[in-house]
Amino acid sequence: MSRKIFTLCSLLTVLAIALAACATPTTEAPKPTAVPPTSAPAATAAPAVPATAAPKPPKPLVLGFTASQTGAQQVASKKQIEGLQLWLDDVKKAGGIKLKDGTIYMPEMKFYDDESKTDRVQALYTKLINDDKADFLFSPYSSGLAKAAAVVSEQNGKVMITAGAADDATMEQGFKNTFQLYTPASRYLTGAVDALQKFVPTAKKVAIVYEKDSFSTSVAAAAQPYAKSKGLEVVIYEGYDTGTTDFAPFINKIVAANPDAIIGGGHFADGTTFSKQLFEKKVPVKFVSILVAPPEPTFKDIGDAAVGIIGPSQWEPQVTYSADAAKAANMPYYGPSNKAFVDTYTAKYSSAPSYHSAGGYAQGLIFQKAIEDADSIDPAKIVAALDKMNLMTFYGVVKFSTDAKTHGKQEAHSMVYMQWQKDASGKLVTQIVWPLAAKSADAVLR
Amino acid sequence: MNIEALIASTFDGLMLGFVFGLMAMGLTLIFGVMKVINLGHGPLIAIGMFAVLVMSQSLGINPYLTLPVIIVIGLLTGIVMYFVALHRVINSPELTTLLATFSVNMMITGLMTVIFSTSPRGLDVTLGSLQFGRVTILGTRVAAVVIAVVVTIALYFFLYRTRQGKSIRAVANNRGAAELMGINSSWVLGLSFGIGAMLAMISGMLLATMFSFTVLTGNALETKSFVIVVLGGLGNPTGALFGGIIIGLLESITTIFIPVSWVPVLEFVVFIMILLVRPNGIFGARSS
Repeated sequence: MSRKIFTLCSLLTVLAIALAACATPTTEAPKPTAVPPTSAPAATAAPAVPATAAPKPPKPLVLGFTASQTGAQQVASKKQIEGLQLWLDDVKKAGGIKLKDGTIYMPEMKFYDDESKTDRVQALYTKLINDDKADFLFSPYSSGLAKAAAVVSEQNGKVMITAGAADDATMEQGFKNTFQLYTPASRYLTGAVDALQKFVPTAKKVAIVYEKDSFSTSVAAAAQPYAKSKGLEVVIYEGYDTGTTDFAPFINKIVAANPDAIIGGGHFADGTTFSKQLFEKKVPVKFVSILVAPPEPTFKDIGDAAVGIIGPSQWEPQVTYSADAAKAANMPYYGPSNKAFVDTYTAKYSSAPSYHSAGGYAQGLIFQKAIEDADSIDPAKIVAALDKMNLMTFYGVVKFSTDAKTHGKQEAHSMVYMQWQKDASGKLVTQIVWPLAAKSADAVLR
Repeated sequence: MNIEALIASTFDGLMLGFVFGLMAMGLTLIFGVMKVINLGHGPLIAIGMFAVLVMSQSLGINPYLTLPVIIVIGLLTGIVMYFVALHRVINSPELTTLLATFSVNMMITGLMTVIFSTSPRGLDVTLGSLQFGRVTILGTRVAAVVIAVVVTIALYFFLYRTRQGKSIRAVANNRGAAELMGINSSWVLGLSFGIGAMLAMISGMLLATMFSFTVLTGNALETKSFVIVVLGGLGNPTGALFGGIIIGLLESITTIFIPVSWVPVLEFVVFIMILLVRPNGIFGARSS
């Protein structure tokens, strides 16, 4: 009898494992769907193939990465992948990435669900390189996961462009083949401190609270000395564990310190919960700026709790990067216009793009430009092309550090600060409130 | 020290503690009656969370009105779980029942991950708040306390005033003697497991009205339940309730004095200390 029971238990265990495995399937990239015409960078930027030459069949170019289709990073990762998928659609529509000798490369994606877990990222990037023979790599979303992926890609000499990864420390290890698209974390909240002093000139005390992960800790570590240098007193500087759901006691502690502003945060899940509980507890601060969560369109699901929350953003639909702006700045412009990106994305996904979406598209766009500039898919030539790159896209200005210690770190891209406000009809909308030169509306104090 | 922060955190901790207590009562009741350590407790909490999520978001039912449905689902799930996974091994060594409930844990977690993924979810529940100076008491927490207290009173009424309840206590005291008195111990054990599962699901439902959650949240809460149960005394539902309140207060009040990330460390230090100094728990009987 007991043998039967153990057999039954074993079968149940195997079934459970099988079910768990089903939850994280090896996922092929979805087939691209037709997208309304947009400015196709490949078509405009690549030289024409000589009319006499017989068209060569496109060669496949495998782009490997992991996506957080489940787990804590799912929301932002989904947006990033949507942006990347849109870029792929545009490239396919333009007939691929064309070199001067008529060779055409047709990118194809190979990706897996990393479940937002570092250990899966390391295993899956190894698999992408060794088993799937990925030619080039893109990073997963979030600094922690990208850091894990970068270690594997560097060890294998693969070129990787990161998006959704702003951690400074990762890019200060003398990497040779990793290139960062995002404004580094150290510059995420320094603008929020400037905005605070402009919007609330009487502000003297600030609470810096942050998720204890690689990215958020980097942001907070840079914001603290900057706030002090601006004459602000940092009354609380404290991290909370990833996965924290009950902020009530922490909020009581913050309120007791009587700050004029709260800055910090972490990622989407904790950012939305923290904002909601700040609202529920009627915390009397006029200025709240938190990371990552506010720029996500689904942040508005918390309703009135979203009003007044400011978020640093890598990009917003209202940004003014354009060919004219590039000309004025004496630099080249590459890729679709901002409007074309927003319209095409909205048409395809029936939702507004977030900065994660823009980062995903730009990840592909910069890679494409590097191949065109290098006129080759040789990794060394592509690295050289990325090192020389200094241009503007709809996503902003992109230039990578060529210093040996910080090689590949983003140098030129800058943040904008958005805020959730209510429009005349009472609908929640986002507006750019900082820098003032780029603002689409005045800031609303809580 | 800011007295208002202390008062606010005391209220927050006290209210959350009642829900923690209810959550741990399910675990300790099962252990008290049948000496089974239910490692499927966490997923049962998660089922409560996702049951209220599905009913409120898909069917538009007010989260608090889902309580009767969750009670029924909890009872049935527990009874089925007992007869499928435990009944045949109930007299086996404790390691066997431990593995059986662990298998159930894996099955439920795997199944829920397939259905819901491990993405964060949340309910948009607002019941307003009461403001006393800088102390804010949230309506959702007050509602959770009221429901937790009512369920606890109902459980005690059931255990001490009804025939079925007395049967459960009899089986817990001496299963052999209870069977000699004509009590169907198999049914009583199944019912006890059902009540334990029901308490876990109700606590899951109440926690879902306060915080965001994932499929895996239940497993973290299961660990917390073990701390509470050991604190209150294994097999002692009253002790679990007070243990829950102590842990709730500990989490909230210590946050005022130490960095918030140290609070879990402190919790487990208390756990180890109780095991070393008073293994039967603060509210458990002293060892002879």
